[in-house]
Amino acid sequence: MRFMVLVKADKNSEAGVLPDEKILTEMGKFNEELTKAGVMLAAEGLHPSSKGARVRFSGGKRTVIDGPFTESKELVAGFWLWQVKSKDEAIEWLKRAPFDQTEVEIRQVFEASDFGEAFTPELREAEERMRAQGAERLKKTPKP
Amino acid sequence: MRDPATHRAIDAVFRIESARLIAGLARIVRDVGLAEELAQDALVAALEQWPRSGVPDNPGAWLMATAKHRAIDLLRRRRLRERKHKELGREIQARQEVAVQNLEAAIDEDVGDDLLRLMFTACHPVLSAEARVALTLRLLGGLTTEEIARAFLVPEATIAQRIVRAKRTLGEARVPFEVPRGAELAARLASVLEVIYLVFNEGYSATAGDDWARPELCEDALRLGRILAELAPEEPEVHGLVALMEIQASRLRARVGPKGEPVLLLDQDRARWDHLLVRRGLAALERAEALGGALGPYALQAAIAACHARAAAPAETDWARIAALYDALAQLTPSPVVELNRAVAIAMAFGPAAGLEIVDNLTAEPTLAGYHHLPAVRADFLSKLGRFDEARLEFERAASLTRNSRERELLLERGAACALGSAPPR
Repeated sequence: MRFMVLVKADKNSEAGVLPDEKILTEMGKFNEELTKAGVMLAAEGLHPSSKGARVRFSGGKRTVIDGPFTESKELVAGFWLWQVKSKDEAIEWLKRAPFDQTEVEIRQVFEASDFGEAFTPELREAEERMRAQGAERLKKTPKP
Repeated sequence: MRDPATHRAIDAVFRIESARLIAGLARIVRDVGLAEELAQDALVAALEQWPRSGVPDNPGAWLMATAKHRAIDLLRRRRLRERKHKELGREIQARQEVAVQNLEAAIDEDVGDDLLRLMFTACHPVLSAEARVALTLRLLGGLTTEEIARAFLVPEATIAQRIVRAKRTLGEARVPFEVPRGAELAARLASVLEVIYLVFNEGYSATAGDDWARPELCEDALRLGRILAELAPEEPEVHGLVALMEIQASRLRARVGPKGEPVLLLDQDRARWDHLLVRRGLAALERAEALGGALGPYALQAAIAACHARAAAPAETDWARIAALYDALAQLTPSPVVELNRAVAIAMAFGPAAGLEIVDNLTAEPTLAGYHHLPAVRADFLSKLGRFDEARLEFERAASLTRNSRERELLLERGAACALGSAPPR
């Protein structure tokens, strides 16, 4: 199963201050460990929210709000995507991360098998409709 | 009192650490079976102590230190016993002396090489393919016997026995705990890759049971492959295999329909492919090619898979290139199965009649006698050529040969469509 590890922003990340060399080295080592264990699928760091924007939806109306955003604890500064056997394994890996003062969240990524029983007849029907439309589209493309 | 959270944490720690533990210990005690027992002892110790003391800050180091002490005890006890019996040659005694002394230093070394040694040992050709698979999943994949048994749909006792026997065979054959060198390396590496791909394929197209695929086994194989790619980064075929598995796994969720039925490659909704895995696969293929391994058997298969992965729609598939890649593969590893796949590519590139010509030459092939894909492919070509009666018989024959119930249904459906005298839905 896959987990997304969400690293929250702080004052420094929001100010665009890059981590010092010591932290970068430690993080590099941790990332290497994850890769060597076959756990790491992806890892990305995000620019401060001042370089981002939000689009607010309200009925038919769309309003664009430019960054920065103030509530830095709610902001994401980076993420990992891990392949593990269980949530416990993800937690054990996260405990090894070289963070000092922060809270890091892990969230399981939905996979097809998660739908299992919860894949209701309605959803199934919607899915089949989608597939039928897909088949229609395919018919229009020349057969190979 | 039992604390379920701590127990789960211990399980997770052990899953992360067990391969490294076993690998590090195996180098010291020179016996994979014994190394595994020592690692298990350390796990038992953790299960006793951690619920009281809490999980230590560095649980991996704790487990290693505990296992190391047991290894030292064991070697000392053995030496005492052997001294008593006075049967021991000086050389062995001296070696064990050194082993104990070096234990501390050696065990703290980078375990990367030990993991590689463990992989080569678990996949040693002295073992049957089944035994290699079970031992690799157990020692390197960190799976329990029960998990392996469930994955392969066999009784737990069967797997347990298979592992015990495999460890005994390794001991009796005095298989050295090392990475082979020179000419031997290529053949032994091929054995390791084969084991990983066997695990992947059992997950990808389950040969038995009611499910079309068991994604967890694919994940286990992918993880082993990714680990191996880090341990042996200079080996192009390792990257070739990883590329092949990443790209194939990218289609896992698209190749099963809502009722659990198989959806064939050209009918899959490509938006549902896992594009992260596609990207990883293409990157791994590039690495294999950059290392000069474009013509390795796994790299070639990955290149074929990549042709599909790069096509945004089925109609954009470069079938001529796929046919050429199969041609290269057929020269490298001639096999009727490769030839059958080449026939499919040729048919797509140049029409069903050209494909049928190749397939008709394969029908007498004894190795394909029970292989359901042969009549299935032949049926497909025949139906495209409008020869529905012959196509129906071939679909039915294919259905009778497959062991997968989902696939059987699909084949029978297509056969029934032929009986109506119309081209069956693909």
